[in-house]
This record gives sequence, structure tokens and C-alpha cells, in this order.
Amino acid sequence: MKPAPFDYRRPATKAEALRLLSDHRDDDAKILAGGQSLVPMMNFRMAQPTVIIDINRLSDLAFVEERGECIAIGALTRHNDVMHHLLVRIHLPLLAMAYENVAHHTIRNRGTIGGNVVHADAASEVPAVLTALDAEFVIESTEGVRVVGADDFFLGVFTTAVETHELLVEIRIPRPNARAGVSFEEVSLRKGDFAIVSVAVEIAADDGQIESARIAIGGVEERALRAEAAEQALVGASLSDDVIQAAAAAQIDAISFFDAPGLSAAYRRDTAKALLERNIRAAAARAGRMN
Amino acid sequence: MTISVTINGEPIAATVEPRLLVCDFLRDHLGLTGTHIGCEHGVCGACTVLVDGRTARSCLMFAAQLDGAEVETVEGLLLPDGELSPLQASFRDNHGLQCGFCTPGMLMTATELLRQDGRLDREGVREAISGNLCRCTGYETIVDAILTAGRDQAEETA
Ligand SMILES: Cc1cc2nc3c(=O)[nH]c(=O)nc-3n(C[C@H](O)[C@H](O)[C@H](O)COP(=O)(O)OP(=O)(O)OC[C@H]3O[C@@H](n4cnc5c(N)ncnc54)[C@H](O)[C@@H]3O)c2cc1C
Ligand code: FES
Ligand code: FES
Repeated sequence: MKPAPFDYRRPATKAEALRLLSDHRDDDAKILAGGQSLVPMMNFRMAQPTVIIDINRLSDLAFVEERGECIAIGALTRHNDVMHHLLVRIHLPLLAMAYENVAHHTIRNRGTIGGNVVHADAASEVPAVLTALDAEFVIESTEGVRVVGADDFFLGVFTTAVETHELLVEIRIPRPNARAGVSFEEVSLRKGDFAIVSVAVEIAADDGQIESARIAIGGVEERALRAEAAEQALVGASLSDDVIQAAAAAQIDAISFFDAPGLSAAYRRDTAKALLERNIRAAAARAGRMN
Repeated sequence: MTISVTINGEPIAATVEPRLLVCDFLRDHLGLTGTHIGCEHGVCGACTVLVDGRTARSCLMFAAQLDGAEVETVEGLLLPDGELSPLQASFRDNHGLQCGFCTPGMLMTATELLRQDGRLDREGVREAISGNLCRCTGYETIVDAILTAGRDQAEETA
């Protein structure tokens, strides 16, 4: 289990990294960020890039900042630095909560939020939260900068909008409604494993009336899924257990669950339904308006 | 390529192939076989070392990436007189190891934990070592060892 040979490049600036990506656009070049997904694949020789562009020296891509109505997070920010950042704790509690479930401390020391979303594992927690929170992704190349929304960023299993000559530089997350309550929970085989199913919920309510609901489910389709059927059933309704159960049921009916070895579609469906109900209830309670 | 790196306080220069993993660099090139290799894909934690003070999987880093870094391995824990460090002694006293395969990774993970501020509790220690697999002990004695070392350290600095 050793990686195949490759050329190693370590750009000192973003401009240099973009130029290298452009020069090697027709080679099998790969960006190396935290290496916590790429290097295992190289050790297994599932990935055999011929050029590695190590971006770990681009320290100006590691930050968490307030930017108007958004919190901006640099692509190279390590998981642990995002998770414990005061701005994230205050403004993005849903992201902080999800991070409790991402891998283990040592993996989070090196793994980056940018690498996590570009890797785009269907069961990964952070993509689910970013899908729920309408995040935007800033992608750069020598040809310019483009910004895409979550729906256009996550395209499928291990597939995103980032092309081989492009670099993800920043993720922008609109600050949620301050009155909202949030909840994230997943079911996984062991603590720190990827989720079998995960659910992220943000709900704002006024006097028992649901003003807004943003919900995403991870692990049930090829990418994190925005739970639009559940959101529609909730918005405008008065909070009650019946409403919550109906919203979860409507969402479950809208998904075609798949069988996987050792995990039946029925199990995934029941788990998704239970997690939806539980997280909607918890988020609503935290919004402090549950009747 | 050529790298300059500090290993357990000692600066060294080395020429490495880009694909050389840190764990193989430590074991095969430097003879530091205290760092163990279990799974080689980041899951077991046996290969954990400290890079610039933070734990890292040495099977998921290339030696080329160490240029300018400070690395600490289990060999660096020994006291200057060759005695076991208090943390290592606590593992021995609390039966925190049986076959010893996971021990270097556990010790490095615990080293990072004990350098952080704040009180240790059982739950926090369990969370901290959740990425380190042990097939022998059932973990309870490892948690005891780390908690005891943490308590002794707190008393000493009090
Ligand atoms: C034992 C273990 C358990 C784990 N458990 C979980 C878990 O429960 N949940 C979870 O979500 N993840 C988990 N992970 C994966 C972890 O979160 C990774 O850190 C993450 O998926 C990849 O981030 P990275 O920075 O390490 O990226 P890398 O491995 O360096 O890169 C991943 C991919 O993204 C590309 N890339 C990286 N950065 C950029 C960029 N800025 N622009 C363009 N492309 C880029 C790389 O070329 C590569 O294709 C686990 C990993 C391990 C080893
Ligand atoms: S050998 Fe590195 S984590 Fe198992
Ligand atoms: S003591 Fe044998 S694996 Fe932990």
C-alpha cells in the first residue's frame, strides 16, 4: 500500500498555484490540501495522479471572517479551526454541531473544509449543512473567478463544479436568521465514521408559526438533498407533532431509497424519517416557540 | 527533493522521493520504529505523530511536506536520563497496554491532549482517543492512564 510516483509541486502563492493548475490541466494533476481523503486513495492506488500541487503553504486561504451578511471561510481552513472558531460558534451553530460528527480530532487537525466539499462524499456532513444554509462557493482559475450556489456546486458522488484547472478558494455562508433554532444529528456505525443518514435543520418560528425552514439530508442520494417537500409542509404551519410527522412523511415519499450491501433501502428510509422528525422537533424547540 | 526537518528536537536534512510517506521516512530512513503502521489509510491511529505540535496521521503525509516542520515521535517522549516520561509510566502503572501495537499512537494523541488547557474528564479522554484503535485493552485502562497522568500533571503545576 504505497502511492505511485508523482511530481511534487509546492506553490508559495495562489497565483502560482493557479498557473500550475493551468499548465497541468491536461495531466492528471491533483491538489493536495489536508490529504485526509486523497492520500488514502493514493495509498490504495485508487488515485494515481502524476502531479501533486500541495497548497498547504497558501496560508491566506485559511481564515474565518465576517463579510457583510455572510461568514466567509477560506478553503484551506482546517476542520478543527472552523469547528472551534468563535464566529462559527455564534453565527453558524449548525456547522459547529455537524463538525462534532466529522471524523476524529487528529483527522480534523489536518483535513480542510475545502478538501471536504471538493471530495464530495455523499455521506459527508459539511456538504449537507452547506446545502441547507444556501452556501456559495468561490472558484478561481487563471481565467477568472466564478461563484456558484450549493445546488450547482455538488453535482453527484465525488463530483463538484470544480474543474481540473480550478481552485476552490472560499465558501460564503449567509448568516442565518438569528431567531432560528438548529439541529444536526446522524446515524453512523461508529462515532467519527461517515454518516449512513444525516439530517440538518434550521427553523425560525414566531409565536408557534413557522416562518422559515431549511433542511438537508445526507447519505440518501448521490449528493446531499435539500428537503423541499418537508420545508413546504412546514412553512406557514403552526408547530405541532402532527405537522412535523406529516412534513417528514411527505419528504420520505419524495425520495427513492437505494439498497446497499448490509443496508436495506427500508432501513435507510426508516432512519431518515426518524431523524427528520427528531431534528425538526429539536430545532423548533431551540427556536423556543414549540407549542 | 531535499528537506530540512526537526525530529525530536534534532535538526536533520534528508533527500526524499515525493511519494515517501512520513511513517516510512521515520521507520525506514531514520530507524525510528516506535511509530507503528497499521492500516495505512488513516483509520487506526497507530502511526500518529505530532507535526508542529498537532497530531497527524504519518501514513497520510508525505515526507516532502515536512520541510521546515518540527516532528515529535514516541521516541521523543523519554526523559533525558532515559527514564519513561510520566505519561508513559502511567500507561505502565495502569496497564494501559497489552501487546503495545496501538501504544505509540495513543501516547502521542494523549501528549497533545495533556498540553491543552482545561480539566480532563473520562468523556473528554474517550472522545480524544476515539480515532485510535486498540484490539487488546478494551480502552478503560488507557483512559485511566491518561486521566492519572493528567491529574499528576495538574497537581505538579498547581
Ligand atoms: C479515518 C477518517 C475518517 C473520516 N471521517 C469523515 C467523516 O465522518 N465525515 C467527513 O465528511 N469526512 C471524513 N473524513 C474525510 C475528511 O473530512 C477529509 O479531511 C476531507 O474529506 C478531505 O479534506 P482534505 O483537506 O483532507 O482534502 P484532500 O484529501 O487533500 O483532497 C480531497 C480532494 O479535494 C481536492 N481539493 C482539495 N482542496 C481543494 C481546493 N481548494 N480546490 C480544489 N480542489 C481541492 C483534492 O484534489 C482531492 O481531490 C475522514 C477521513 C479519515 C481518514
Ligand atoms: S497506519 Fe496510519 S492511521 Fe493506521
Ligand atoms: S495494546 Fe494491543 S492494540 Fe492496544
